[in-house]
Amino acid sequence: MSIFIDNSTTLIVQGITGRDGSFHTRQMMEYGTKVVGGVTPGKGGQKFDDSVPIFDTMHAAVEATGANTSVIYVPPPFAADAIMEAAAAGIKLIVCITEGVPVLDMTRVYPFVKEHGARLLGPNCPGLITPGQSKVGIIPGRICTPGNVGIVSRSGTLTYEIVHQLTRAGIGQSSCVGIGGDPINGTNFIDCLAAFEADPHTKAIAMMGEIGGTDEQEAAQFIKDHMKKPVVGFIAGQTAPPGRRMGHAGAIISGSSGTAAEKIDAFKAAGMGVAQRPVDFVDLIGARLA
Amino acid sequence: MDLHEYQAKELMRAAGVPIPPGKIARTADEAEAIAKEYGVAVMVKAQVHAGGRGKAGGVKFCKTPADAREKAEAILGMDIKGLTVEKVLVTEAADIASEAYVGIIVDRATKKAVFMVSAAGGIDIEEVAATTPEKILYLPVDPRYGLMSFEALRMGFFLYSDAKLARSAAKIMQQLYTAFTNAGCSLAEINPLVVTPTNELIAVDGKMVIDDNELDRRPDIAALRDESSEAPSEVDARNANLTFIKLDGDVGCIVNGAGLAMATMDLVKFYGGDPANFLDIGGSSNPEKVVNALRIITADENVKCILFNIFGGITRTDDVANGIVTATKQNPLKVPIVIRLTGTNEEIAMKILTENGFSASSDMDEAVQRAVKLAKGEAA
Repeated sequence: MSIFIDNSTTLIVQGITGRDGSFHTRQMMEYGTKVVGGVTPGKGGQKFDDSVPIFDTMHAAVEATGANTSVIYVPPPFAADAIMEAAAAGIKLIVCITEGVPVLDMTRVYPFVKEHGARLLGPNCPGLITPGQSKVGIIPGRICTPGNVGIVSRSGTLTYEIVHQLTRAGIGQSSCVGIGGDPINGTNFIDCLAAFEADPHTKAIAMMGEIGGTDEQEAAQFIKDHMKKPVVGFIAGQTAPPGRRMGHAGAIISGSSGTAAEKIDAFKAAGMGVAQRPVDFVDLIGARLA
Repeated sequence: MDLHEYQAKELMRAAGVPIPPGKIARTADEAEAIAKEYGVAVMVKAQVHAGGRGKAGGVKFCKTPADAREKAEAILGMDIKGLTVEKVLVTEAADIASEAYVGIIVDRATKKAVFMVSAAGGIDIEEVAATTPEKILYLPVDPRYGLMSFEALRMGFFLYSDAKLARSAAKIMQQLYTAFTNAGCSLAEINPLVVTPTNELIAVDGKMVIDDNELDRRPDIAALRDESSEAPSEVDARNANLTFIKLDGDVGCIVNGAGLAMATMDLVKFYGGDPANFLDIGGSSNPEKVVNALRIITADENVKCILFNIFGGITRTDDVANGIVTATKQNPLKVPIVIRLTGTNEEIAMKILTENGFSASSDMDEAVQRAVKLAKGEAA
């Protein structure tokens, strides 16, 4: 019915008492996410908003609640350790919202998470949502509606824009996943595409990429070789000048590798639909659901 | 953050990498004095954040101190890819028997720091990778163990059949890796690594790019930032916590989120316009950011129309609306403005804007088309 999260998701919020952590914990609970605990070292034993138990460590939080998922809102210098703490405590899905995690930290985090059999989403990502069931992260719940389209994206607000336009046109989503824009992230396009392909409820997939790197080209090859479900793609940064970083660490074109044209060609070669504008997703996805 | 060659070399030298002596000169007099002090032939090298300095005439060999003065005179103040040369590195010239390339980059595919080494040095490594990939050895480093001795030696022997040279090179690999991790680099390279006629290895040119995310915890590295070598508007934006890149068009774009900002620029182009900039005000709500963004955009005389595209998630659109009202009260706009807002607190934002005489739309395509027309001086 969805990928990665659903009604059975039980969540710990790492950094629950911080400014962003507390705001988004309330938003997630309002949406219906089962937030079973939070972690802020030194505040163990207290309760967040008189309802959610706070623990000093992830180890204690998982032991007491049996949670299967965590979301991280701690500041960048502590984010790498928070991810590894969650993996070591036995969490199976770790969603890191924090922006600004040093990439050399991520070179150590990635193999650690793998060895513990966990999935990491992010860092520097908006998280994910399964409309009507659960949301983990910061994607605004009210722009989504339950349906059959899987969304996977490297961006934040661009994803909201496209989901909003789909919802407005009456096209609902099975799950929306923001994989984040950093050079080293835990979950990539292919991981999400494979999960959507295996999800019986997903009928079509909308994929939003950006300039920089080769993730989209590899995803296109995967779609060509392994997917039966239709995928529509979009690349942001078609007008970006070469050699300049556009906000996301990933959004940089170096030399001839990672240009929008190269990625769009790869999409076409894989038989995918290509949206030139965000609004084009409505017609292209609509036609593939009909 | 890019470092200058002389800064990168200082960090490499501190880690033990053999680097020829060199000093910075800001005037031709200083360049002559440094050359005199060394008493040998020197290279005078422009210190700017641009590739292709040699081709642009920014790197010169000088036999005598008088020669160094003359070449420095010519290079200082020179324009290389839009950047003015403010200082030169005066460094002892090396006799060259052969040149190799040694680099470390953080690689997305292996999710590790990866060494790239090639005996085909001194030239563009991307060119080598494209035409003769077999001449490059790639070696990913497991961060849990660091660069192991046998790995460093394997790279040494890939470059040199002479065992003494291979061992020296292996040592330099270790030193470069130390410099790379100590400074929080996303890229570090020595190009060329030179073998001298007396069979010694020296790093003749060095380059480092620092991961911006490292700067908060490495104040010593952050202090190396050279604001004089960047566009003033980009420095201003960074100090205001905005991501800004100046472009050549006339539609000034203010957007929240990098992906949406790029998509907005693309849409401006799609409807026949030209974006004047990339500007991401980021995720947090803060009217002050909007005030700063407007100040930076309106400083560009090419801008004929300002386009706001805000999708409120974390960003509260009423904060943006308040920022627009405050900023335009302080500095009345001389060009038309098109505002597109949707999402968090949209109703409040629309009310604030309407009460202050602005109109706003909630549709992205409609707003972009309008902005393009207004920038061209057409009725919209």
